[in-house]
Amino acid sequence: MSAAHRPGNRKTLIKLALFSTLMFGFGYALVPLYSVFCSVTGLNQVGSSGAPVNTQVDTTRVVDVEFDSNVHDLPWKFRPLQSRLSVHPGAMSQVEFEVVNSEDAAVTGQAIPSYGPPEAAQYFHKISCFCFTKQTVAAGQTRRMPVVFVVDPSLPKDINTITLSYTFFEVEGNKRLANGALPGRS
Amino acid sequence: MLQSATIIGEGIALETHIKTGFINMTKQARWTGVPRLAALAVLTLLCTSAEAAYEVNFQQPATQVAQEVYDLHMWMMGICAIIFVAVFSVMFYSVIRHRKSSGGARANFHENTRVEILWTAIPFLILIAISWPVTKTLLAMRDSSSADITIKVTGYQWKWGYDYLNGEGEGIKFMSVLSTPEDQLAGKAPKGSLYLLEVDNHLVVPVGKKIRILTTSNDVIHGWYVPALGVQQDAIPGFIRDTWFRADREGVFRGQCAQLCGKGHGYMPIVVEVLSAEKYAAWVAGQKQKMAAGAEDPNKVWQLADLMRHGQEVYVKNCAACHQLGGKGIPPVFPALDGSKVANGPKIAHIEIVLTGRPGTAMAAFGQQLSDSDVAAVITYERNSWSNKTGDAIQPSEIKAARR
Amino acid sequence: MEATAMGHADADAHGHGQQPTGLKRWLTTTNHKDIGTMYLWFSFVMFIVGGIMALLIRVELFQPGLQFLEPERYNEIVTLHGLIMVFGAIMPAFVGFANWMIPMQIGASDMAFGRLNNWSFWLLIPASLLLVTSLFVPGGAAGAGWTLYPPLSIQMGMGMDLTIFAVHILGISSILGSINIITTILNLRAPGMTMMKMPMFAWTWLITAFLIIAVMPVFAGAVTMLLTDRHFGTTFFSAGGGGDPVLFQHVFWFFGHPEVYIVILPGFGIISQVVPAFSRKQLFGYTSMVYATASIAILSFFVWGHHMFTSGMPVAGQLFYMYATMLIAVPTGVKVFNWIATMWRGALSFETPMLFALGFIFLFTMGGFSGLVLAMTAVDVQMHNTYYVVAHFHYTMVAGALFSAFAAVYYWLPKWTGHMYDETLGKIHFWLTMIFFNMTFFVQHFLGLAGMPRRIPDYALQFTDFNLISSIGAFGLGLSQLLFLYVVIVCIKGGPKAAAKPWEGAVGLEWDVPSPAPYHTWEIQPQVK
Repeated sequence: MSAAHRPGNRKTLIKLALFSTLMFGFGYALVPLYSVFCSVTGLNQVGSSGAPVNTQVDTTRVVDVEFDSNVHDLPWKFRPLQSRLSVHPGAMSQVEFEVVNSEDAAVTGQAIPSYGPPEAAQYFHKISCFCFTKQTVAAGQTRRMPVVFVVDPSLPKDINTITLSYTFFEVEGNKRLANGALPGRS
Repeated sequence: MLQSATIIGEGIALETHIKTGFINMTKQARWTGVPRLAALAVLTLLCTSAEAAYEVNFQQPATQVAQEVYDLHMWMMGICAIIFVAVFSVMFYSVIRHRKSSGGARANFHENTRVEILWTAIPFLILIAISWPVTKTLLAMRDSSSADITIKVTGYQWKWGYDYLNGEGEGIKFMSVLSTPEDQLAGKAPKGSLYLLEVDNHLVVPVGKKIRILTTSNDVIHGWYVPALGVQQDAIPGFIRDTWFRADREGVFRGQCAQLCGKGHGYMPIVVEVLSAEKYAAWVAGQKQKMAAGAEDPNKVWQLADLMRHGQEVYVKNCAACHQLGGKGIPPVFPALDGSKVANGPKIAHIEIVLTGRPGTAMAAFGQQLSDSDVAAVITYERNSWSNKTGDAIQPSEIKAARR
Repeated sequence: MEATAMGHADADAHGHGQQPTGLKRWLTTTNHKDIGTMYLWFSFVMFIVGGIMALLIRVELFQPGLQFLEPERYNEIVTLHGLIMVFGAIMPAFVGFANWMIPMQIGASDMAFGRLNNWSFWLLIPASLLLVTSLFVPGGAAGAGWTLYPPLSIQMGMGMDLTIFAVHILGISSILGSINIITTILNLRAPGMTMMKMPMFAWTWLITAFLIIAVMPVFAGAVTMLLTDRHFGTTFFSAGGGGDPVLFQHVFWFFGHPEVYIVILPGFGIISQVVPAFSRKQLFGYTSMVYATASIAILSFFVWGHHMFTSGMPVAGQLFYMYATMLIAVPTGVKVFNWIATMWRGALSFETPMLFALGFIFLFTMGGFSGLVLAMTAVDVQMHNTYYVVAHFHYTMVAGALFSAFAAVYYWLPKWTGHMYDETLGKIHFWLTMIFFNMTFFVQHFLGLAGMPRRIPDYALQFTDFNLISSIGAFGLGLSQLLFLYVVIVCIKGGPKAAAKPWEGAVGLEWDVPSPAPYHTWEIQPQVK
């Protein structure tokens, strides 16, 4: 290899290697970018919390809100106390979900919300909910958890049914024993 | 060896399939002339076989959406066929007429900007023309509002769960498991015509009503796919996704899981049964009755023989996929039950695992899927089968107590 | 000129007198021809291994029922078939052609970084060993498909971790190789060879190499996230931890779609050299061919969502990906038209390289059409994850990439070996491959239309007849490749002496050096007019 070319070659190599490394970082950057993209385009899966922009109640339309519950790997009974509610956009409503822990020991779980259709998420404002906060339910306890929400009046006219679905996942820290039983169980 | 094939959709022969397709096509006002003829020609040429096994097109559509997809595909095939013939007749002409061996003069051109612009612009315009009808159909496919009935479909490894959430039939829920007999799967008996496409409980819906389907999953990503209804949607754990269909005729429509989900991916079919309004209402009433009756007597005392018999049914349906019929499992991923510490040790630990599963493994919490008597029976079966001889007869009341 | 003296002095510094022989030669070589040869042999061995896996799949699918493989094993074989063919066979083959031919074509004496080149090759050995041995560890190989979607891939045993490490190593090998190729092409061209005078093979490889260094690291990131989700408590892809399984699909396909262009663009470059050679006519529209290749590469970054149409993305996303994907058809069509225009009113002859090039144009275009159909989102909903997709990518990757690789081998064998291969046997190889390829894969379009899903070891009875035909075709296709091996070995050993330029219409600097090409070529760079 001609010595005259070596410095040029080395510079090119360094530039290209740097580019590769940046692209590796870009791969990881896709993780937060994914969330950013979702919230910017309003396709945020987890809905929006906090005060809604518009609290004018739109009595001309009715939106059916369905409630669904799923349990993933948890020995809980989890259900909405109402399967459906018809609401006017802009009006505040409340519904309760019930969790029954029939285990002998306390179990901690965390609920993840999901919406159908997914685009409805940005118009569904949850004033208070139990999503994303760890819920520790004691042995044998039944707990009722409220969701207070407002459907934004700017919900597109072609969406008139929204399904709010929660899935409860077990949270790290519930170390099961080798036989699958929870600690503290005989 | 060439099996006379089964036909998806109720007994429709290939010829009728194609004919009906043609009839439906002529109804479409926007179908005109050459693309359709080209598509028909291609299809006719391909369908000269009388054997119904040689399906060369989509299944007979049973919804408006599926019909539109069928038509779009035919249109695309027609356009592609025309372009294909045009381009390759040029190429084959050249192959035949521009050979060195035939001695013709060789041209020297290697550029022509006008031609290049033309053959860039024309395909571009063709693509725009194609994309408009596809866009319309897609927008329709994604509009699941104003549904009559909402059903949640949950994918499990390896079966489906159906939950009627809203509309007529609300509250009905059941699992739907492959029901092809074990000996057919093992190749010990001749395969029935519905091999790998039959389940114990069909998803039953009324005809002509908009059915909204919410898919989710209990473990890994599955795919709910029923071709004749024009529906495919991934089932993703922790999320719901919505899609819909409106069946325009009664019948039974079969599909399969469409996303690789482990060893049982090919063994979790979907069967949708579309009934008239009256028959659907009757089915709903029957289901509600069954659920009420199935709220079983918690104090019933079962005999060992009954527990074993029922337990074997439950085992084959729910456990044998991983723990195998002989109880040997597939270690280390799926432990053996035959001779295991759990199946021969304290009852309470065995009940615990079946009810609540083992997080981080494929062992699901079957307490969520099975009734008390099912759990009692299968545990009894496991503890008294193969080389396990505990003599234990577990009663449903013990399971109920363990659930508390 | 100054470069001459330097070049000559450097040649002596190579120490010709003490050139290692035997195993040491191959382990330590920095010569682009040696390394090219190693890549090509490695890729052929992997092609056979991947091919055996394909035959295992087709033998299981020969009839309904489970005859030979347990379902988990079947999934493992399917996964490995994909990984080995893409990363072990096709990509290394094209790197082998790049190593052999690019320096000769641009008038450079070797690649820019000799030792890096050597490492890039030898990394492939541990990587492929990891992949193959993953079959034999407890739990077996990864059985999640080459696409490795979580949460399924999180559930898998140790074989998945071996696969992840193999992918890391394969990625590093590709990235290092691409850095080498880019540096060589940008910095080492002979004086007078401007970018727009470069052969198309060099152009397509330059663009491909940029694609590789852009997206391979993203793939590495994705599988690293899988690794940490599996063992180190991260929850990138677990909804319970605030993650999302669909995120993996986005990251993977951001890599995955450019990857399929990585696999095909060098093939396009080969066809762009073979067709003019056997038409005895200059390539039509060289400038547009360069721009078309670049547009395909750039557009390939914007279409990844078409692999995920049923994952539940909003309709606006589906529409965007549909339009963007359809757009790629335009520059691809331009290339096909330009190849045919090159043939038009040329003086054609049909030696084996030209036969494979024509087969490529014909069948790759069919693959392009099925791709266009799949791009129509509404239609894709019916076809996603069915055998229609399998048919599509085998048309583009086998009838596309593999056929162009065969064309390249037949085209350049005389230059590498100094002998002409047996033309009759070469033609027989082509026709057998052509017939059996179509028998294997054309019927799979119908299977997909009829609703047969992918990645299933057993199927419902109405899929029987086409599966039977496909399996017979597959065995024919596999056996035909033994003829190829025979032709190549016989050619290496002997045969009619090849001229420096055995093909009348061939153009390029590689034909100005003797056949077989000397160990060192272009020590003194030519002056290109």
